[in-house]
Amino acid sequence: METIVSDSMVQNTNQVEGRAVPEKTLGEIQVDNPRMSARNVNVFYGEKQAIDNISLDIGMSQVISFIGPSGCGKSTFLRCLNRMNDTIDICKVDGEIKIDHQNIYDPAIDVVSLRARVGMVFQKPNPFPKSIFDNIAYGPRIHGLAASKVELDQIVESSLQRAGLWEEVKDRLDQPGTGLSGGQQQRLCIARAIAVSPEVILMDEPCSALDPIATAKVEELIHELREQYTIVIVTHSMQQAARISDRTAYFHLGKLVEVGDTKQVFTNPRHELTQDYITGRFG
Amino acid sequence: MTDRTYQRLDPQQAAERVKASINLRKRKETRFLWLGKTAVAIALGFLVLLFAGILSKGIPGLFQYYVTLDVRLDARQLDPSGQMTVESLAGGDFDGAILTSLYEALGNPEGRKEKREARRLISSGSSQRLMNYVLDNPEQLESMVSIQFAVDDDVDTFLRGLISRETPEADRRISDQLIGYIDALEAEGRISYEISDYLFFGSASRDAEMAGIRGALVGSILTLLVCIVIAFPLGVATAVYLEEMAPKNRLTEIIEININNLAAVPSVVFGIMGLAIFIVAFGMPRSIPLVGGIVLALMTLPTIIISSRAAIRAVPPSIRDAALGVGASKMQTIMHHVLPLAMPGMLTGTIIGMAQALGETAPLLMIGMVAFIVDVPGGVTDPGTVLPVQIFMWADFAERMFVQKTSAAIIVLLAFLISMNAAAILLRKKLERRW
Repeated sequence: METIVSDSMVQNTNQVEGRAVPEKTLGEIQVDNPRMSARNVNVFYGEKQAIDNISLDIGMSQVISFIGPSGCGKSTFLRCLNRMNDTIDICKVDGEIKIDHQNIYDPAIDVVSLRARVGMVFQKPNPFPKSIFDNIAYGPRIHGLAASKVELDQIVESSLQRAGLWEEVKDRLDQPGTGLSGGQQQRLCIARAIAVSPEVILMDEPCSALDPIATAKVEELIHELREQYTIVIVTHSMQQAARISDRTAYFHLGKLVEVGDTKQVFTNPRHELTQDYITGRFG
Repeated sequence: MTDRTYQRLDPQQAAERVKASINLRKRKETRFLWLGKTAVAIALGFLVLLFAGILSKGIPGLFQYYVTLDVRLDARQLDPSGQMTVESLAGGDFDGAILTSLYEALGNPEGRKEKREARRLISSGSSQRLMNYVLDNPEQLESMVSIQFAVDDDVDTFLRGLISRETPEADRRISDQLIGYIDALEAEGRISYEISDYLFFGSASRDAEMAGIRGALVGSILTLLVCIVIAFPLGVATAVYLEEMAPKNRLTEIIEININNLAAVPSVVFGIMGLAIFIVAFGMPRSIPLVGGIVLALMTLPTIIISSRAAIRAVPPSIRDAALGVGASKMQTIMHHVLPLAMPGMLTGTIIGMAQALGETAPLLMIGMVAFIVDVPGGVTDPGTVLPVQIFMWADFAERMFVQKTSAAIIVLLAFLISMNAAAILLRKKLERRW
């Protein structure tokens, strides 16, 4: 008889140095005042399961960071929150993700209005090949946010000011956004996201392509934005997560291992995997 | 497995080996460089040969010989009813007026044979030319005017030196008598060599000296207009649908394969299809630019679709993400971001397709655009022909002068093509944006 690869052998891949991923997430997945809440979310890329039964609340006006080794599903989960995964044909999402008690995967929900409420900033700065002004004005224009040209100017100016970019670009709004430096481009993308007045901003490793100075600026910006917006940030930098977030979620192999207050997760992790990761033993 | 234990190279030896390998690499690079240079040189050589051949034959074709005659515009002779309309002028004796002045220029030859030879000197289109002159300048009636008339194509060929005087009279197309007349006119300075107005403003004609490309040029422009109006929107829409919206299933796969196959179908097959569908089944008239344009559109569609899809695929996904991320719908993402960025590539494909269509002969022969049509088409439903077909027809005629006209028409076709490509490059430069 040939040996058949059994389920238990596949399960072994869920172990790192003999440490098992827990069946149930450790820590507080619920918060008192959730802006978004995910329940039993599974994501499949074709046959492969990328997210395994994750439940998590995202609190109002909080910064939550997702950390974990590459391929752990944190970006995939992030992209579920504004249905960016819809663009991938083979991606299938089940479970429930609610924003203000409305399931965003409800067929009745218009994905366009969802993305206006849940904005996104990507890993690589991706300004449109248009002028700085048009980059910011694009969102308000397509959503009809500005009633007049004056109002549109105001939206652009205030968005750039919020993103701390106004002073640097106010004299060259008609120049291409792609002509800015990497850090400026990323702040332009953040300004573009907040121009449509979203409730939640998703950031997928926003600083991974930036130098330390630009990173510091973006972090400062996130710090200021937390007052008004709920921010979800995926990061590979543990220091960054520790510096900017209120809560931290640790992902491992498609599962949410542990979530809790950032201070608690970094000083007193509940699970050995989290402990290993934040102390830099792997990942 | 080696018997000896491996001895690590000392740095000296390693450096020597590296040096040897560098030399080998350098030799390979030099060889490759020379191969490339030779290939480019050969290609350029052929191009130069081609252009030299076409230009050396075609540039003389842009010119032709004219004879200047002093014609007396006698109102009673040219316009007997005195109304100065096309109809009334048709009753006038223009040939008579021209012949009178021709005989005068030749010293009034006597005898039927001499007169017959003299008549062979000028083009048979001369009376039409004189009639047009009178229509345009009615105030010149009753006066003496000098007008240039084209010489007959045999005379033109003789003047170019392509018919030798040494050939026995019986073996050449012009007689000794005629040569004598030509010499006399040349001595008087009446023969001139000028840019051919017939070539650019005349239409198809059996007489080589009057044959022109105007009809074919207009036909080509009309056909291409129909072609681009149909093929570009259809091709871009198909590419966008297949690339951005179509579900990835078996049906789309079959469609994709068939579009690629279509690009390889010989063009004459499209002509047969056009004949069967548009002319036989739909009963559309033959020889019209509309049918020609539709057939060429079907032929260029696959080229446009394939290049447009490549252009769409080259738009970085990050731009799509950015647009979707601020809440643009799929349609807005495509219209506002993907299409503008893909447009330069799409235009390139379209221009390549159009250039192909411009040079196409075979499918148009099938739908009857090879007919002999003297009138310049006034619209897409008027019968007409196109440049390459005109060239094809002229190449088939026996008269010597058609050889030059053919080459001249090829020059015009190439100029058309080059200006089209230049327009495309300019357009692309204007639209191109970096990201």
